[in-house]
Amino acid sequence: MSAVIKPAAAVKWTRVCAIEDIPQLGARVVKSAHGNIAVFRNAEDEVFALLDKCPHKRGPLSQGIVFGRKVACPLHNWNIGLDDGNAVAPDQGCARCFPVNLDGGMVFLDLS
Amino acid sequence: MKKMKLVMVGNGMAGVRAIEELIKIAPDLYDITVFGAEPHANYNRILLSPVLAGEMTLQDIMLNDVDWYAANNITLHLNKKIVKVDRVARKVIAADGTEADYDRLLLATGSNPFMLPVPGAKLDGVITYRDIQDTNAMIEAAGKYRNAVVIGGGLLGLEAANGLKLRGMNVTVVHLMEWLMERQLDRTAAGMLQKTLEAKGLAFKLKTQTAEIVGSEDGGKAGRVTAVRFKDGAEIPADLVVMAVGIRPNTDLAEAAGLYCNRGIVVNDTMQTYDPRVYAVGECVAHRGLAYGLVAPLFDMAKVCANHLANFGIGRYQGSTLSTKLKVTGVDLFSAGDFTGGADTEEILFNDAVGGVYKKLVLRDNRLIGCVLYGDTVEGAWYFQLLRDKQDVHEIRDHLMFGQSHLGNSGHLGQNKAAAMSDEMEVCGCNGVCKGSIVKAIKEQGLFTLDDVRKHTKASSSCGSCTGLVEQILSSTVGGAYQPAEAKNKPVCACTAHTHEEVRRVIREQHLLTIADVMRFMEWTTPNGCATCRPALNYYLLSSWPHEAKDDPQSRFINERAHANIQKDGTYSVIPRMWGGSTSAAELRRIADVVDKYKIPTVKVTGGQRIDLLGVKKDDLPRVWRDLDMPSGHAYAKALRTVKTCVGSEWCRFGVQDSTNMGIDLEKDLWRMYAPHKVKLAVSGCPRNCAEATIKDVGVIGVESGWEIYVAGNGGIKAEVAQFLCKVKTRDEVLEYAGAFLQLYREEARYLDRTVHYVARVGLDYIKSNIVDDAEKRKALYARLHFALQGEPDPWRERAAGAEAREFELLEV
Repeated sequence: MSAVIKPAAAVKWTRVCAIEDIPQLGARVVKSAHGNIAVFRNAEDEVFALLDKCPHKRGPLSQGIVFGRKVACPLHNWNIGLDDGNAVAPDQGCARCFPVNLDGGMVFLDLS
Repeated sequence: MKKMKLVMVGNGMAGVRAIEELIKIAPDLYDITVFGAEPHANYNRILLSPVLAGEMTLQDIMLNDVDWYAANNITLHLNKKIVKVDRVARKVIAADGTEADYDRLLLATGSNPFMLPVPGAKLDGVITYRDIQDTNAMIEAAGKYRNAVVIGGGLLGLEAANGLKLRGMNVTVVHLMEWLMERQLDRTAAGMLQKTLEAKGLAFKLKTQTAEIVGSEDGGKAGRVTAVRFKDGAEIPADLVVMAVGIRPNTDLAEAAGLYCNRGIVVNDTMQTYDPRVYAVGECVAHRGLAYGLVAPLFDMAKVCANHLANFGIGRYQGSTLSTKLKVTGVDLFSAGDFTGGADTEEILFNDAVGGVYKKLVLRDNRLIGCVLYGDTVEGAWYFQLLRDKQDVHEIRDHLMFGQSHLGNSGHLGQNKAAAMSDEMEVCGCNGVCKGSIVKAIKEQGLFTLDDVRKHTKASSSCGSCTGLVEQILSSTVGGAYQPAEAKNKPVCACTAHTHEEVRRVIREQHLLTIADVMRFMEWTTPNGCATCRPALNYYLLSSWPHEAKDDPQSRFINERAHANIQKDGTYSVIPRMWGGSTSAAELRRIADVVDKYKIPTVKVTGGQRIDLLGVKKDDLPRVWRDLDMPSGHAYAKALRTVKTCVGSEWCRFGVQDSTNMGIDLEKDLWRMYAPHKVKLAVSGCPRNCAEATIKDVGVIGVESGWEIYVAGNGGIKAEVAQFLCKVKTRDEVLEYAGAFLQLYREEARYLDRTVHYVARVGLDYIKSNIVDDAEKRKALYARLHFALQGEPDPWRERAAGAEAREFELLEV
């Protein structure tokens, strides 16, 4: 679900919430040592996690409208891909993404 | 499933556009093979003239290079001319023996230039003007020879003549008709054009028929052209003759395959030939008896064809209205529609021969049917839109000639003529885009539409006040290939082909109650829409079926979801409601206490007579609202914002009406009213109008004998003065008329249209007929508004009490 690849041993899963805590086509904000992280849930109940800063002007992506596998930044409407953090062309830029694990209805992030 | 095979014959702009459209909407439906007779991939044929003139290079005008075909898995055969279509075996055969099978065939064979059948037409140095090869031949000749004759004073001929002149040749244009470009210009405009071109050094021979092209004999073999002789016996020297007398649809292949042709390959409204497996688009086509040679209609055909090939079957091509723009630097010329007129038409003329400006508008039944503009084409796009939309113009007739001036008056240095701007000048003040970057993006990225330019440069994508300028830049850079979008038929967004009006109608007729239902019923192409259509659908549902349709917070922009205004740093601003701009010591004390308690960094008075608390953290919002204990000001919403008032007769020595209380009553009556866009009102207590009521969506001005009501004003990007609706006597009438007008706007306007846009489209007469002339309708509208608003909660009070808590809570780990 995420583009970040790490050796299995380096992964440390942190439980953040239940999937039901995130509205469908919406997001929640998780406070972390990396700064705020936006955790999105789309209509297919896929969950994605991006640093909550648009690569354009650092707008909080968590506040944007979610559709398909994208979110529209609330500040200037850049569209950011949820699965890789990449801005949709012709815009260019990338928001850092974090690995997500779904287990028994709970959402885990790798924040290491 | 095995993919179907689509073969395209011809590799020009129309055909490739159809393929582009097709892979956009149905990327995996076909294996695509393309045959092109030229050795080049797809280039922008319209821009050959700037190449000839030395203003661009071949590289600049490539639209799709070879890599594009590879990246899209399209098999491309260049330099291979298809000589036979076998419709029984369903395959095409090229001259070199290459074969390809097809399930669907797309013919895009274009047209051939017409050669005058005069003696000497086959001599060396006699060419047509059609492709890169011709252009190169002209450039080469210009380096070696002196005298050029261009036969044909149409669009193409004049562009060729201009290019050759710029490359240093002596150029004479020979034209059979009485004036130049007789199909696009009337006599007056053509005369002005001729004068301009003569000043550039071109010579003209009008009403002149070519009899023979004279050449040197070279041992019985035809040698090179030396002169052109005319019917009247006169002769002028020529080392190069360019024939630009017209084009003929290239139907050879289709005819040989037994497809019905009549001045073009005959197609129906879905671009199918008489063999339904075989489609045709572009200049080779005859549609409803017409062949088109300009690129814009060809793009329209391409879109319909792609739609049908993708099995969508909802698009129909119904012919095009044409507009023309001459691509000669320094010549400003625009024409569209039927500008010759007839017994049943009227003309509006503007003629300033010395200033070099000429404008002619032709009207029939209060609708614009044609126009010719010379010297000042700023309003071309607007006229063309009126023409295509067949809009009734009688209300604006007295200032039609002076244009819409829809170019905003802020953000671009007061400029309204793109041609007069230098490359460094800023066009889009919101995004800091200068003219040079827009031109560069258009050329390098091969952009044709306003949307393309918005995506790539951001120009005109924010407030939109520079849209007119960007349209001008587009039209002067790509010439006739640019056509303003038909405003009436514009789809909601890329997720659907349906317009706002269609969506509203279907929601009403089918009694649809959820966004998912609308998307299913109207066959949305995306699973859950986008950030453009979802908020629009949510509004349409709620405004059509109040108390039945359920609000979808995830389809609202963040401000309406959080009930506060997001700021650039991700904090929010809070503006409590102060009815009519009036407040009290108790409210001010609570505001001051909240500012201290939540360490709110900035407190500011707004333009709408409210107090703005800026820099509030999102998770503080519910507590801030609780402590304020004031109603939501909706300063964040597409809804009733403020009713601004002056002091009025209670205190003011000039006041004749109690504007403050009128404003408070209006605000209480309309509070919690969502709308297609924000709604602002003002009430002034006398004609001095201190509340600035004439730039509001609804402005009310007190006079001795009652209240004057104005509608559809705007003080934003482009200041628009509100129009007088009517005069009423009582407070209750003001409430009823204002409410009814706003309800009409709520029910009929497109999402994100302000009242000014809505009224400009339907006309003030229509508003008056519903609100002023028809008491029954007015009362019904006002009743529907009240029905929609009754029981609507205060969003702040609910959330202060704990509703929607997770919207505001952070997750801690």
